[in-house]
Amino acid sequence: MLTLADVHTHYAKSHILHGISLEVQPGEVVGLLGRNGVGKSTTLKSIMGLVRPSQGRITFEGRDITSMPSYKVAHLGIAYVPEDRRIFRLLTVMENLRTGLDRGGLTEARRKELLDKVYESFPVLGERKNQLGGTLSGGEQQMLAIARAMMLEPKIILLDEPTEGLMPRMVSQIRDIIGRLHHDGVAILLVEQNVGLTLGASSRCYIMEKGLMRHHGPSAALKADPSVIHQYMGV
Amino acid sequence: MFEQILVQTVNGLVNGMVLALVASGLTLIFGIMDIVNFAHGDLVMLGGFTGAVTVAQTGNFWLGLLVASLAIAVFGALLQITALRPLIGRDPLTTIIATFGISLVLQKYALWQFGPTAQNIPQPITGQFQLFYLQYPWYRPGAAVLAGGIIAALYLFLKFGKYGIWIRATTQDRVMASAMGIPVPLVHTGVFAIGAAMAAASGVLFAPLAAVTQTMGFEFTLRAFIVVVVGGMGNLGGSILAALFISLLEAYASLVVSPSQAVIVSFVALILTLLFRPTGLFVPTPK
Repeated sequence: MLTLADVHTHYAKSHILHGISLEVQPGEVVGLLGRNGVGKSTTLKSIMGLVRPSQGRITFEGRDITSMPSYKVAHLGIAYVPEDRRIFRLLTVMENLRTGLDRGGLTEARRKELLDKVYESFPVLGERKNQLGGTLSGGEQQMLAIARAMMLEPKIILLDEPTEGLMPRMVSQIRDIIGRLHHDGVAILLVEQNVGLTLGASSRCYIMEKGLMRHHGPSAALKADPSVIHQYMGV
Repeated sequence: MFEQILVQTVNGLVNGMVLALVASGLTLIFGIMDIVNFAHGDLVMLGGFTGAVTVAQTGNFWLGLLVASLAIAVFGALLQITALRPLIGRDPLTTIIATFGISLVLQKYALWQFGPTAQNIPQPITGQFQLFYLQYPWYRPGAAVLAGGIIAALYLFLKFGKYGIWIRATTQDRVMASAMGIPVPLVHTGVFAIGAAMAAASGVLFAPLAAVTQTMGFEFTLRAFIVVVVGGMGNLGGSILAALFISLLEAYASLVVSPSQAVIVSFVALILTLLFRPTGLFVPTPK
């Protein structure tokens, strides 16, 4: 469904991605592991059209989306939950959700359905729907970022370090929501430092080092033989 | 003296509301695109001329207001697409130079199209009322109320409208708004068109109070710019309060000195703001 072939990306003069190839099938949860600064976030930004690859091709459902403006990428069904969450701080929780809901071709009934689902998954967002996004706690902001992405009814969600800096209770809630999205048939490309969570949630994993894809295999195999993880993640 | 102060309060409020209408458009555009539109006052001027021509042809002030706003909105959208969209994300200096260039072109165009003489729009409301020692025209408070109404409509649109949320989201985080599927380039063009329409409306509302000349734009740009800085760049509520504040200051100052010297107080307010509270007078203290 989503394919990256030999993608190179630069930030100004520094070469970040040195030819990344990966693939996500419909409904699949795929992990993307690696130390800090190896290019995991840049990979997601390249898919989303937030940075332009200098070389290589990104396709989604057979369409070339390389360097497509991100709002068009979003319309195709790719949602993005960035590492720093990027909640609209001066918009209320409800208005944050509406940025994804206010689009053409969405019936009133379907809107309500989507909202009900989010409030069911994240009851705290329902309680705070008239509160400004900037007043939420870190964990609540993470939930709002995921909920906001869900409003787009995406086929795939790019999740960038959703558990970073969260309390263990919040982490397990994020783990649950990944499971629920997977159950609903939404594909997920999960960038994480939390190896245990990633291996548990995903069916396959890629491991990156210095802008290159170093390893790729079933998550179960990586779990059974942690030496590869040790080698690239140093844990 | 007390009566004079009250009269100047009314004058200040009237001027302040028209200025607030100009400044709201400027601050909206700055907030979302980080562009200081130095041609904004010239859009006021073009709006005034378009209104004057329409009123001269049809005799209908309200039609003039509508035609000028719509025409300048379309013109603003075209201007944004052709001249400013290609500069987005570049050094802010390039947009300053570009909008300054546009300002000069528009002034020369107006000179060529409408001639060097001032044009007038007759006051659509001709009645007067007794304000102490003065016969005060009803049109002046009427224009203020109308300007306030347009600003209120903008506020409600931004607060509750679907596209209002798009505008606020894009203002706060352009990149994330785009990732949420909001067509950011279209929002930018739309906001520029709205700002241009508001400038044009101010030009038509202002024309019966003074006159439309091809050089009036610069003063509007300058005054609106002062208001936007004093009110806090990109802050709509702050700009409105600052417009009233500055206009009242000038009105009171002209009790003591001549009106042309009273303008100095707005520069003093600008300098003091930049010195002591550069984020703006009418914004909450940043945490």
